[in-house]
Amino acid sequence: MRRVVITGAGTINALGANVADTQAAMRDGRSAIGELDIRDADRLAIRIGAQVRDYDQSAHFNRQQIALFDRYCQFALLAASEAIGQAGLEFTGELAARSGVILGTSGGGLNTQDENYRVVYEEGKNRVHPFVVPKLMNNAAAAHLSMEWNLKGPSFTVATACASSNHAIGQAFQFVRAGLSDVMITGGAEAMLCFGGVKAWEGLRVMSRDTCRPFCATRSGMVQGEGAGIFVLEAYDHARARGAEILAEVAGVAMTSDASDIVMPSRQGAERAMEGALRDAGMAVDEVGYINAHGTGTAANDKTESAAVAHVFGVQADRLAISSTKSMHGHCIGATGAIELLACLMALRDGVIAPTVNWQELDPECALDVVPNTARDASVKACLSNAFAFGGMNAVLALRAV
Amino acid sequence: MTNIRARVHEILAEQAMIDVADVTDDQSPQDLGVDSMGLVETIFAIEERFDIQVPFNANEPNASEFDISSVGAIVAAVEKLVAEQRG
Repeated sequence: MRRVVITGAGTINALGANVADTQAAMRDGRSAIGELDIRDADRLAIRIGAQVRDYDQSAHFNRQQIALFDRYCQFALLAASEAIGQAGLEFTGELAARSGVILGTSGGGLNTQDENYRVVYEEGKNRVHPFVVPKLMNNAAAAHLSMEWNLKGPSFTVATACASSNHAIGQAFQFVRAGLSDVMITGGAEAMLCFGGVKAWEGLRVMSRDTCRPFCATRSGMVQGEGAGIFVLEAYDHARARGAEILAEVAGVAMTSDASDIVMPSRQGAERAMEGALRDAGMAVDEVGYINAHGTGTAANDKTESAAVAHVFGVQADRLAISSTKSMHGHCIGATGAIELLACLMALRDGVIAPTVNWQELDPECALDVVPNTARDASVKACLSNAFAFGGMNAVLALRAV
Repeated sequence: MTNIRARVHEILAEQAMIDVADVTDDQSPQDLGVDSMGLVETIFAIEERFDIQVPFNANEPNASEFDISSVGAIVAAVEKLVAEQRG
């Protein structure tokens, strides 16, 4: 089977409108969580989030594109432009025919749904814009990426809630590794910070009203974010042959299902996913210097994830660093694994481990090195990125420095 | 130029992303560069602007009651619908 590497990365999220700004914010330990600036925020009980601010869609897209591109789709296109630009690939001929795009999203065009439900239910109008369906559909972003960059191979969207991106990236990795494609575009995009989106999350009573502090004894719940992270996955030999810069190697993936509860995570499901990713990558536990945690800042996740890491890694659990960057960019749901992969790239390439910010006090049930509040220099040769979704659907990626 | 004609020309010009002065009654939507999706959006814009219902089926645009063969035909059809539905 072939080795698979990352040759392009792109993002837009609350921390920054590109990879450099996002990683700089992670190095600085800056949290982008703040007051939500959305319509009818005064009717929300939860009024904070990690929003992409000062975003002007007309600066990037023309009127006809805006009529078709939901906010989540716009984020995907902007992030893809950065990633594919960095990779320096042109998709023509056989390369175009075999290259595709696998994206994760949970809500898809949720802003479009929200706006148009308002129009028909609240405002009583009996007519909506003709492009509501192609704008809100969950495969819209993957479709527009395929059209924009002439990607004519296998393209589809993966929806596994908070693990969508990791499932998507894992699937794209398997496509390239197995030789089905030399290049796949992958990642995730999400834009759920609209009235209906936040209102739905409020109902679960797991949302924080102040901020996100994962693995901290005073944690108060999760905080939503939004954005996109897109990557170019390429066969190692293909990348080498064209002299491409290699950002990291995707060494393995594992996907498991808890098969137990729709919202409560299971330690066994998380453990099997981490063990599976290590096995798939041929990676020993003592190789792993960093884990980008799922780390949502809920009691259920943080305690379960900490116990699972301790069990899988044994004594190595006390030597490795584990942080949750959700404390900075929020929980970007279907895009979160992709945005968090940028912290893995920063650890592997720049030797900087992103911190868990907002951290105040040790939780004895999360007694790992969570890199509290301040980034750390470290030589990291291998890392994991965890995603444990509602539905008990887990996907863990294993990466190595090249 | 009637008010309705001017407004229909504006809608088509916006859809085709051209100057409204370049829209003439003898052109077809295709001549202006308005494709099938653009036509659906144009119908929507007309319904919104004039507060009318346009009988238009995107599956068979040419078989609809609403004549879209030329800009002039669209103007005439809109004038008729406005008279019928709002008169």
